[in-house]
Order: sequence, then structure tokens, then C-alpha cells
Amino acid sequence: MDLIREVVASLGGTAADVLPVALFMVFFQAVVLRQKVAHLKTLLVGLAFVTIGLALLLLGVDKALFQAGRMMVEQLSPPHAHDASSHPDWWSFHLIYLFAFCIAFAAALAEPALLAIAQRVNEISGGAINTWGLRLAAALGVAMGVALGCIRIVSGVPLHWCIAGIFAIILVQTFTAPRSILPLAYDSGGVSTTVVTVPVVAALGLGLAEIMPTRNPLLDGFGLIAFACLFPVVTVLGYAQIASLLERRWLRRQANTASTDDSQED
Amino acid sequence: MTLLGRMILGTIRDLAPVVLVVLFFQVVVLQQPVARLLPLAEGTLLVVAGLILLVYGLELALFPLGETLANALAQRGSVWFLVSFAFLLGFGTTFAEPALTAVANEAANAAAQTGAIVDSPDARASYAFGLRFVVALSVGAGLTLGVMRIVLGWSLPLMVLGGYALVFLITFVAPPEVVGIAYDSGGVTTSVVTVPLVTALGIGLASSLAGRNPMSDGFGTIALVLLAPMIFVMAYGVLLAWI
Repeated sequence: MDLIREVVASLGGTAADVLPVALFMVFFQAVVLRQKVAHLKTLLVGLAFVTIGLALLLLGVDKALFQAGRMMVEQLSPPHAHDASSHPDWWSFHLIYLFAFCIAFAAALAEPALLAIAQRVNEISGGAINTWGLRLAAALGVAMGVALGCIRIVSGVPLHWCIAGIFAIILVQTFTAPRSILPLAYDSGGVSTTVVTVPVVAALGLGLAEIMPTRNPLLDGFGLIAFACLFPVVTVLGYAQIASLLERRWLRRQANTASTDDSQED
Repeated sequence: MTLLGRMILGTIRDLAPVVLVVLFFQVVVLQQPVARLLPLAEGTLLVVAGLILLVYGLELALFPLGETLANALAQRGSVWFLVSFAFLLGFGTTFAEPALTAVANEAANAAAQTGAIVDSPDARASYAFGLRFVVALSVGAGLTLGVMRIVLGWSLPLMVLGGYALVFLITFVAPPEVVGIAYDSGGVTTSVVTVPLVTALGIGLASSLAGRNPMSDGFGTIALVLLAPMIFVMAYGVLLAWI
């Protein structure tokens, strides 16, 4: 009975999230552009699915993923973490970093926005960009970003210097990566941090800020999402660089074998 | 029926790593009984059901909606229509976003505790409202810039790299309590509803304009939507500190 009440309450929230968007778009098309809205029935069914799906997903994420994140951070923290007098050694939290890496990687793989975009990219690129390759690269980026973000919270390095460091890597990659991948790579951070990843990351940040009394949660607890948004850009660009490198090497080898074949024939 | 079956299997496969990670840490690393995780089972089932419906609904409704709208707007050929649509879409959806409201209220409490604003319900409410307004404004601006870039062919790397350089520079003059919130506000505003919609809009626009490629021109708007709130929120903090 409680569950039904919770689902209904969650539905109210997601309806408030989805309906304004849908109404605005239908209004713009029908009234401003004066066009008939095509496939209205399919559209309404799809929107109903989005609303109900989002409601169930948010509730489930809150009940399962968020709780699991909080529980694990608390259990994995070293015993002396609560002691305010001793400054914690950043390495003593290594199990939390490992957990953060694994759970962020898994959460990003389950991210529905990333899945939808990866499938779309595969269609548009005519199969040149592999759906799984993109998802794995982006998930690896989220995982590395979140793990580094946790290390930053514990060690207390200023946020803007970390962001500047990641930015410097992206800057170098921008000039060396294939140009056509740049827009997709820049987008990959925002795409991989929506409904599943953000609550998991928030649980990690909150859990860490709670067990570390020497840190000010207002100043140090934030910033994890920024890490999770930026690092996928690095890994997706890296994936494209490695792929184009392998392709060039393969082409050269093909050319070499072709030319030796030619000389033998002569 | 086979489609539904494949979707259920796909969702379970996508979610399996999360369950495995939690199980691994509980059993192998912490050596705790698995029974302690049972309260999480209900939530996990809800996640599976939610993901199946959501991904199916996105394919059915939001992608086609975004792309037909983009086509209709491109055929109209009016940049003014396109720009006003992009701005209103960004501003409207962000201002109504429940996640942003929650974050803004939290940020207001944080600001009151550090003494950046007066600790009264009125001051907190107006600070939270201001923050929501600024973030919504910035998402509208980011979306507008992204759409104009696709139409006019501006260089995305220049915009993104310049934007991050600006973020870095403003950090030095912004009040410290606003920096963390500003850096995270971009990620909070990109929701599972807006990301597919904005992407569909970009792809639809790039494929219906001559000389534009959906792969190399259609993407990039999300990156600008992510960047703009960082700059705007810190600028808002600087402005409040001055007054």
C-alpha cells in the first residue's frame, strides 16, 4: 500500500517535469507553426511511457541505488575517519575510491540517455561508431571522473585546479583528435549524467562529506558531478584517437601487403 | 512481444553490472551477509520496470517530436523563430525542473549558513528563486547559442574551449560558496527528458540544412547547455557580493 502511494507521489513529480516540455512543443508546432501534429496517438502513448517510466525509475533509484551508495561509503570508510582531531590520510580511503569507480562505471552503463544517444549515433554514422564502444568509453570516463572527484574531496585539492587540469588534457586532445568526433565527445559528459548516474554520485558525495568532519560539506561536497561531466569528454576523445590510429595502421599494412603482392607478380 | 522481451533482457543486462558491483563489495570486500541487501530488491525491480518504459517512450515520442519540430522550423527558414523556440524551450523546461528547485533550496540554506545572505525565510526564498531564474536563463542562452552555431556554422571547439577558460577565470573572483554549486549546476540541468530532445533537435536541424552534417554539426548543443550555467551562476554570485 505504501509503495502505491509512493508511486503516485512520484508520478505527480515526473508529470510536472515532462508535461510542460510536451505541451510547449505541441503548442509551438500547432499554434505558432500552424502544422498538424503527426501521429498524435503514438506521441501520447510514448509520453505516457516516459512519464510512468521516469516515476518508477526515480523511486527505484532513490530506494536502491542511493541507499546502496550511502551504505557502502559508510561501511568502507576507515575506522578513524570520524575522528576530527586527526587529519585523514587520503590513501586510507582507497576502498571507497575503488567502489566509486566501479559503481559509477556500472551506473553510466545503465544510463538511458546514453543508451538512446549511442543508438542514434550508430544509425547516423552508418555504423562507423559502435554503440558499445561509445557507451564503454563514456562510462569509463564517468568512473574515472567520480573516483578522482572522491580523491579530491578527501585530499582537499581546490576544485578549480582539478577542472583546469582536465581542461588542459581536453585542449590537447581537441587539436589531435579527428574533427568530426569533437561535438559528440563534448556532449558525452552531459549525456552520461542524468537520471541514474546523478543520484549515485550524489550519494557518494553526501556519504563522504558526512564521514569526514574536517571537511566543510558546503565547500567540498560539491564538484563530483562536474568531474563526472568532464571526464567522459577525455575518454571519448581518447577512444576516437585510438580507433583512428588503429585504422591508419591497418590501412598502411594493407597498402604494404598490396605493394609486395604487386612486386611479386612482376 | 519479441520486442518487449528483447527490451526486458537488454535492461536486465544493462543493470546487471550495478547489482554485481554492490554484491561484490558486500560479500567479497566487506564479508557481510547478502541478506542485508534484501531491502534494496524492491527498488531494483522498480528501476528495471522504469528503465524499460522510459527507453521505449523516448524512442516512441521524444526523438520523433524533436526531429519533426526541427524539420518544420528549418523549412520555415526563419532564424528568429528558431532562436525564440530554442530559448523558450531551454528557459521553460529548466525553470520547471524539480531537481533544480531542490538544488536551489539547498544552495540557499548553504548560503544562509555561511552568512552570504541574511538567514531569514524571505531572503532564502528570494535567493533560491534568483538562482533558478539565472540557471534557466543560462540554459536558454546555451540552447540558443547551440542552435545558432548549427545554422551559422560557428566553430564549436572555439566556443567550448573559450567557455571553459571563462569558467576558470571567473572562479578567482567568485565567492567560494557559490563555486561548487556553479560547477555542478550544469550537470543537474541536463535531464533524461531534455538530453534526447535537444539532441534530436540538433540532428534534425543539421540534416535538413544544406551543407550541414548531422554527425559533425548536429551534436555539441548539450556541451554549451552544460557550460552556460557554470558561468552564469558564478557571475550571479559576483553580482550579489557587489550589491
